[in-house]
Amino acid sequence: MTDVGRHPKITLHTLSEVVDVKGYVGNFHVNILKRARYVDEKECTACGDCVKVCPVVRPDEFDLGLSSRRAIFSPFPQAVPSAYVINVNECLGHNPVVCAKCVEACDKDCIDFHMSDKEIVEDVGSIVVATGLDVYDPTELDEYAYARFENVLTSLEFERLINAGGPTKGKVLRPTDLKRPRSVGFVQCVGSRSAKKGGSYCSNVCCMNTIKSTLMLKEHYPDIDIKVFYIDIRAFGKGFEDLYMRSRRSGVHYLRGLPGTVEEEPDRGLKVSIENTATGKLETHHLDMLVLALGIKPAASTQRLQEMLGLQLTPDGFFLEAHPKLLPVDAATRGVFYAGCAEGPKDIKESVTQASAAAARAIRLMHKGEITTEPITSMVVEEHCKSCGKCAEVCPYNAIKVDVKRKTPAVVNTAACAGCGTCAAECPFGAIIMNHFTDEQILNQVHALLEEKPKEKILAFACNWCSYAGADYAGVSRLQYPPNVRMIRTMCSGRVDEKFIWDGFLKGAPVILVSGCHIGDCHYIDANHWTEKRIKKIHKKMSKLGIRPERLQLEWISAAEGVRFADVMQQMEVLREGVTSEEIAETIEILKKD
Amino acid sequence: MEQNVVVKTDENLEETARIGVYVCHCGLNIAQTVDCPRVAETASLLDDVTISKDIGYACSEPGQQQIKDDILEHGLDRVVVASCSPRLHEPTFRQMLQSAGINPYLLEMANLREQCSWVHMNEPDAATNKAEDLVKMAVSRIRLLQPLKEDTIPLTKRTLVIGGGVAGIQAALDLADNGYDVVLVEKRPTIGGVMAQLDKTFPTMDCSI
Repeated sequence: MTDVGRHPKITLHTLSEVVDVKGYVGNFHVNILKRARYVDEKECTACGDCVKVCPVVRPDEFDLGLSSRRAIFSPFPQAVPSAYVINVNECLGHNPVVCAKCVEACDKDCIDFHMSDKEIVEDVGSIVVATGLDVYDPTELDEYAYARFENVLTSLEFERLINAGGPTKGKVLRPTDLKRPRSVGFVQCVGSRSAKKGGSYCSNVCCMNTIKSTLMLKEHYPDIDIKVFYIDIRAFGKGFEDLYMRSRRSGVHYLRGLPGTVEEEPDRGLKVSIENTATGKLETHHLDMLVLALGIKPAASTQRLQEMLGLQLTPDGFFLEAHPKLLPVDAATRGVFYAGCAEGPKDIKESVTQASAAAARAIRLMHKGEITTEPITSMVVEEHCKSCGKCAEVCPYNAIKVDVKRKTPAVVNTAACAGCGTCAAECPFGAIIMNHFTDEQILNQVHALLEEKPKEKILAFACNWCSYAGADYAGVSRLQYPPNVRMIRTMCSGRVDEKFIWDGFLKGAPVILVSGCHIGDCHYIDANHWTEKRIKKIHKKMSKLGIRPERLQLEWISAAEGVRFADVMQQMEVLREGVTSEEIAETIEILKKD
Repeated sequence: MEQNVVVKTDENLEETARIGVYVCHCGLNIAQTVDCPRVAETASLLDDVTISKDIGYACSEPGQQQIKDDILEHGLDRVVVASCSPRLHEPTFRQMLQSAGINPYLLEMANLREQCSWVHMNEPDAATNKAEDLVKMAVSRIRLLQPLKEDTIPLTKRTLVIGGGVAGIQAALDLADNGYDVVLVEKRPTIGGVMAQLDKTFPTMDCSI
């Protein structure tokens, strides 16, 4: 940690959050909000004189409220930067200054109540997302009584208790009487592997965390009685099984079954009832203290960052990698990489491994000092452009400039263009060509698939990043769906031009599906808003013409929703079966006249 | 590996596209469900298709070599690979085209594995029909594809690391030790994250900080 603070190549912004990211791979512009520390980071020597005089006492969040701190504090002795920090919401008043005892106590004049929050702009070529995790809040699992009984602790609170730098200097003491517990129970899978509350996934670290804790306890207090309540122990990594066996050999009791109820006894001990699924018997255990092995959940900041960077999430809420096996640390957005629990629950070793991998991937991208741009960008045909400005309006990247007043043709900045193709779909004059996904190229595909037996087929458009990937995921999961679906891939659902739909129906398509990323998840910021608007418009026109609007469906399917993709295909097949040859013939007649 | 090779000899070929179609078995991943030789044969009847083959593993070294040899021998200018998802091997085959002297964007893939054989495992006939259609769609599209050129633009040799826990710290140090400037952003007053709160950590059983 101290290496980071000292490294000449690392600029560290603490108390800071990324509030906006603009630009694209190689050239991101990042806005960072840096909150005021009110203590000069460089001058403060962490002598602690200020703390002694601060009259405000608050629970210490680093010790999870098991100890207290002042309004001016250092989170822990090894903090980087080591400078103290003032929690301005707790301070008796900095503007106007009310108490100022700390200012008087500080010989070096490091404390400055005039500091204010700053917005910093940084230009970078790549981004590593290492936003970590939140731990599961066990209060909703009332059967474990975390909120009711003081001697029920979380695994993280236990870590602080047994830590030599913690509130009890490493002595494990029961919160109610500050006496050493003679018996401790551990409950596994709290907030993990549950269909009802918490996550349905395995949090990966809790088994080993508990096993380690039992060994630490046995090392401190050989006579202590330890019971672990579990579903099954997942000791899958290198050296893990050894550690587990050591724990068992040291006399820790492993009992298969999670508690049904936890009750408090007169001596503040806990009565834990379990169904032991190994013996098939109901058991009651009396314990002095109970530790809940908390699961890992996605960090609260995940969603905001996901929207800012156009990333995707798994159904669990963690960041989705570009490919689960071959690109495990790359985001689908070029230039963005994942490290640590942001991508999924993992232990320290795995986090470090992934972080090194992410660094290597970022270096691989940057080492040449230049990058090749995707040539899949849009192009303006100047003779056809009427300078209406529609393309500039719909472009999520402000990559198109049009001078509407002077009537000069639109100009595309190809470096900024990400290639969604929404402009080409929205241009009323056909003046924009989307390279590699031109109208003719796509229409040729439509015609090819509807050339024979169109009535039996389902025409589906899917965006590359979500729905097409969702279809691939259905494939990887071997989910079976009707074999008459024919998919056309576009980079974004925003590319699906009105004329593709009309042409499809004109060529006899019974039903058409347009699918893309969920609103808010669009790989091209918000291009799929235009898809939605366009489909609404087409639906209206269909009603007006006397064509059943249900025959055109719009569905949002994410890259992780293989099951949903297969379901949607089943629904499309049901819809298709309801379309008769007469109806198709009638539609063709209507469209020919129109 | 059994192969059905159909080569068309078309004399007035100067004007038209010369398309090669390769239907990959992917071992049995595709071939178990889809009748690959039949798909290759149907494709050979499509306009502008000069050569159409089924092939064991298109992505393998011999598979790629075979396509490259055909490009030279038959003067192919566009290639359809009907195999797995383009999200997996599009870069592989684009590189192959480039090394054979064809613009890498004159490639089209038909997704016969993730979106055909694996999802219609119990309906081999219907899956084969679909595969034929997917190849036909790919051929109809590839006829109109234009060569594209990649541009290079300058890049800022700096990395933003969001989060100063153990992962962010490691990534920042690796990058910085390699000579890259790093901006590390942490929302709390100190770096360290959850790791700093832990006591001894496995397997070294030393302090986590």
